[in-house]
Amino acid sequence: MSDVPAGLETLDFSFSGGRPAGAFAPVLVGVVGSGNLEVMLEPAAGNDCAVRVETSARGFGPIWQAVMNDFHARHPLAGVRVSINDMGATPAVVSLRLDQAVAEIAGGRP
Amino acid sequence: MISYAECSARERLALLLDGGSFHEWLPPSERVMSPHLAQLGVPSAFDDGVAVGRAMLDGRSVFVAAQEGAFMGGGVGEVHGAKLVGLMQRALRDRPAAVLLLAESGGVRLHEANAGLIAVSEVMRALLDVRAAGIPVLVLIGGANGCFGGMGIVARCADHIVMSDVGRLAMSGPEVIEASHGVDEFDSRDRALVWRTTGGKHRWLTGDCDALVEDDVAAFRAAAIAAIDVSKPLTLEALEQEHALLTKRLHALDTTDTTDRDEAALLWSALGIADARQVPELSVEAVRALRTA
Repeated sequence: MSDVPAGLETLDFSFSGGRPAGAFAPVLVGVVGSGNLEVMLEPAAGNDCAVRVETSARGFGPIWQAVMNDFHARHPLAGVRVSINDMGATPAVVSLRLDQAVAEIAGGRP
Repeated sequence: MISYAECSARERLALLLDGGSFHEWLPPSERVMSPHLAQLGVPSAFDDGVAVGRAMLDGRSVFVAAQEGAFMGGGVGEVHGAKLVGLMQRALRDRPAAVLLLAESGGVRLHEANAGLIAVSEVMRALLDVRAAGIPVLVLIGGANGCFGGMGIVARCADHIVMSDVGRLAMSGPEVIEASHGVDEFDSRDRALVWRTTGGKHRWLTGDCDALVEDDVAAFRAAAIAAIDVSKPLTLEALEQEHALLTKRLHALDTTDTTDRDEAALLWSALGIADARQVPELSVEAVRALRTA
């Protein structure tokens, strides 16, 4: 038996030093299904890119940190709130969804 | 040709309605989410698996809801159901040309138990109120998860049902029948059997759907436009006709010996379809031509 308790895990990340994304309509990509996730991007006050992940796969915090570090390196955004509902997506799927969401922002560079 | 079955709920809305006309109520950014799932350790969705709003269809104002089958099988939870009910009640006030329901659901979201059951019954009541007000309710069924359980009943409460041949419509789903009555009664892994008894062609031949289309978003759009003014008044006479039709169907087959027989094909034969065994092999166009009334 795993000693990881059942239930959702909430992870928060924050990145600074990005480019201001400006105003845009909220974007939603993906669906919360097995091995999949939904990513929502919204404009936010301030100069950070704040990320909140709710995931049913507990205990993968360091991997999420690495995936989000890569994302920030690809897309250094500022003034953006990233909200994720995850049902056990793999890192590659998470990265693709994040890129897809950025591509949907007007003026965003995929 | 774009497969309707393979589209997400939001892709269907974008492709089926007039371009860019969909205005969503309670969008994901409002975060109106299930109050139950997180307590069970199950991830929620920002829209609780359904998008509702107003839009234009061929220049006409319509209200529309699209269920996302990939999120919990399109299961109707408390919030999901309340969004559908709110859309219907707003239709009573604003009187759009029609209400479209892009249904894809296994029925009640069992995680939410009684709240989900009550939600589905409220959707039925709200839908019948819309019909009674003379506003047509059109249900489109072509998602990979089909339309089952409480949503199957909701669909049959509507004025008009459009199905593709890959769409499925029934009350109890295949696994439910097998679990309750055994594999001899229904083998849920027999995909051909599942489609012979719940699929779009079967529903077309038995009169349970009003239009049979290819698995193509454009075909669904055309069928929805064609049906936008189809309002079936809810009358005692119409209900009695429906009961008579169901009674006739119930007695169409000899039920004394049911071993090893293709009951779907036998039923189609009893309904006057020649060469009924060939139906599963026929194209949508050919099956469409088989129905006379």
